[in-house]
Amino acid sequence: MSGAFTARNVATAALIAGLVLLPVYSQVFGDRFILTLFTRIVILALAAVSLNLILGFGGMMSFGHAAYLGIGGYAVGMLAHEGIYSGFIQWPVALLASALFALVIGALSLRTRGVYFIMITLAFAQMAYYLVSGLARYGGDDGLTIYKRSQFIEPLNLSNKVQFYYVCLAILFGAIYLIWRLTNSRFGMAVQGARSNEARMRAIGFPTYRYRLVCFVIAGTLGGLAGALLANHADFISPATMYWTRSGDLIIMVVLGGMATPFGPLIGAVALLVLEEVLSGITEYWQIILGPLLLLVVLFARGGIDGLLSLLGAKVATKVNPKVGS
Amino acid sequence: MTLFFEQCLNGLQFGLLLFLLAAGLTLVFGIMDLVNLAHGSLYMVGAYFAATFAAWTGSFVFGAVLALCATLVVGMAVEVIVMRRLYGRDHLDHVLGTFGLILFFDEAVRLIWGPAGLSLPLPSWLAGSVQILPGFQYSSYRLAIIVVTLSVAAFLYVLVMRTRIGMLIRAGASNREMVGALGVNIKLLYTLVFGLGAALAGLAGLMQAPILTVQIGMGENILILAFVVTVIGGIGSIRGALVAALLVGILDTLGRAFFPDILRTMLSPTAASALAPALSSMLIYLLMAIVLVIKPEGLFSAGNK
Amino acid sequence: MIAPDRQPMLQAEGLAKRFGGIVATDNLALSVAAGELHAVIGPNGAGKTTLIAQLSGQLRPDSGRIRFAGDDIIALPPYKRSRLGLARSFQITSLFLDLSVLDNVALAVQAHAGHSFHFWRNARLDSALRQPARAALERAGLLNRADWPAASLSHGEHRLLELAMALAGKPRMLLLDEPMAGLGPEESARMVGMLRALKSELTILLVEHDMEAVFALADRITVLVYGRVIATGRPDEIRANAQVREAYLGEADKEGAVHV
Repeated sequence: MSGAFTARNVATAALIAGLVLLPVYSQVFGDRFILTLFTRIVILALAAVSLNLILGFGGMMSFGHAAYLGIGGYAVGMLAHEGIYSGFIQWPVALLASALFALVIGALSLRTRGVYFIMITLAFAQMAYYLVSGLARYGGDDGLTIYKRSQFIEPLNLSNKVQFYYVCLAILFGAIYLIWRLTNSRFGMAVQGARSNEARMRAIGFPTYRYRLVCFVIAGTLGGLAGALLANHADFISPATMYWTRSGDLIIMVVLGGMATPFGPLIGAVALLVLEEVLSGITEYWQIILGPLLLLVVLFARGGIDGLLSLLGAKVATKVNPKVGS
Repeated sequence: MTLFFEQCLNGLQFGLLLFLLAAGLTLVFGIMDLVNLAHGSLYMVGAYFAATFAAWTGSFVFGAVLALCATLVVGMAVEVIVMRRLYGRDHLDHVLGTFGLILFFDEAVRLIWGPAGLSLPLPSWLAGSVQILPGFQYSSYRLAIIVVTLSVAAFLYVLVMRTRIGMLIRAGASNREMVGALGVNIKLLYTLVFGLGAALAGLAGLMQAPILTVQIGMGENILILAFVVTVIGGIGSIRGALVAALLVGILDTLGRAFFPDILRTMLSPTAASALAPALSSMLIYLLMAIVLVIKPEGLFSAGNK
Repeated sequence: MIAPDRQPMLQAEGLAKRFGGIVATDNLALSVAAGELHAVIGPNGAGKTTLIAQLSGQLRPDSGRIRFAGDDIIALPPYKRSRLGLARSFQITSLFLDLSVLDNVALAVQAHAGHSFHFWRNARLDSALRQPARAALERAGLLNRADWPAASLSHGEHRLLELAMALAGKPRMLLLDEPMAGLGPEESARMVGMLRALKSELTILLVEHDMEAVFALADRITVLVYGRVIATGRPDEIRANAQVREAYLGEADKEGAVHV
């Protein structure tokens, strides 16, 4: 990092401060909608952050990440349906189930590369979607209402919206820190080396498949955690949570915010979901704007927002100190 | 036994439809190295066009022909306006860009035709059934689909293996520069190939239209199946697409028809009926997983891809 | 200068490799003494790259033996040979282009440091990785580029970085496949200087087309034609060898490439 006050860092800091202070604004101005919206954004940002670990840092183009949202969510929903409300049971089950799914899917799909990997992760995620759609006991297509949120010990009460928001935010920041540590560790270097030049990694003796698989499982587990939060947030879980377009949304968040950057997916999630909110306020047919917009970003602005910010930062920096740009 | 035979034919018919989609996907990927998620949208567009044109002209056949041409045009337009700019980019760009196209198409269809969905009634001469074996009746329309798709498959085979265009297509798949050096207009070739893929998808959509409702998102479910077919068959291989499409079509149809009964012999009736719908939808993915373990590059891998 | 008849660091005997009908390596024997810089030269298609690939473990010879520092290594994959101290540089540069120069070398160090299932400690601040990486970069004269993305280096610097990555594992012997290829005169001189400095510490097997560099650096030279050794000896012996002149140097003489 060339300096602390790059445009990217300033924007990230402002965003963090805004997220931390959001409940205060919501309380003072009585705007409860914004708290609900941003709880959702924070949870989906967590999913995007976990996807970034494999997509951005690992170069594994998974198109099935929404499956973990569904698995984590259904773990909570099904247990609640069976009368088990304790979060100490629900959440570990959610994490374990996601990890297991990721292990099986990863073990199969990581045998392949490129476009195969995209299609296979997508297909397996759809398999999970059809699987839960077929479970009549748990609502089938219609989904499952969750009447009680996960219960922890007092004073933690997830039914309190402000508390729940802060729990989600804390988990998100925790996950970002975790991934930052991971990606800078020897493990992370091995995973990034495999992204950059897999043949060379193998030639110098790294069993890349193993590192990739572990990385895939960690990302899936974090995705499952996001799913558990999402089910609690909506008090509802349905197959739609894990429909493949949701996986697409998560990829957009990561790319929009900037791949392989710690805060990129958070920035992308806020940008995409706020944009959706704004567009859907303008017209009922807002996706007819979002679709081509996305296409334009792909064609003309591949660095994402984070890229634009650092470009801006580099320009500012070159003006201050001409050596930086050389 | 007749039920089994009928389901086999249904599976064959479904498999052939999947082949139409998978062939387009695999052609476009094999030749332009392009991952097109919006392929299912062209299937949907084909169905909507058919329903509309059939209503306008009052004729199913006219409607179908017009719809086929219209989908071809839409496909070529999409290629010229969007896809062209995506060649040579990495696959992530393809995925995101064509994902954007899906959003656009779904919403455009909702804007034009409304959210309710359409139906495409069959003409009376196709609505009945014919006796194809003594004592065995089969839906004339499904039979017609089998005949049409088989002729399309034969046409594709002749086109790719026996004609000059097919030679270019095959050469283009293995050596882009060489085809360019031959002085062939690559841009036009790509537009035609993409249009062909679109027309195949549109044909699948319009033929499926009288059986299912014409609705938004109809292309997405079948697109995933086409992906499964492509993965099993091996990307870039038309022959692989055909074999895999038939495998998937028949396994899926038979699985849904008979797997619940098989399950009932193994589990308690309540458990079986609870699990049957979920598990029978998993069969084709299981098949894909098995193929991946044995041949990660698919059954008929084109080799160097 | 080190006497050539010391115990061999690398010894190949009866090495043979065919590709279909083509004999790439034909009953080849080669002995590289510890501490010497041994060059392998020969016209195009003589099987030099195939030889390196067999010595480094990328190709399995059809028959023959390869011993490294007394161990039979014929069955070992490349990375295991590399862990024993037999490192190679790649003729076609194969770097981690989107990582920093230092990261590239640090990964090479990490490859020798056991498994990488360490999830928490910052590898970019880990002196066990970074110190040797910096040392290797310093020897390659690239320390001032440590924080640059590898993609931003020049072709010559990529070659030096390759060398630094090979050095990072503290090898006892280097297999170098045309390190001078595609370098400009200035960059070549830099590479020659570096190899000369390395010579005193390491055993080196050098495959190279640049005759000037070969004759300036090599303690001994082996000449390969059609996969067979036609001569091995000191540079002056090779230059005087009639068979070599006919098969190889004569041709080069006409082009004026060899006037050492």
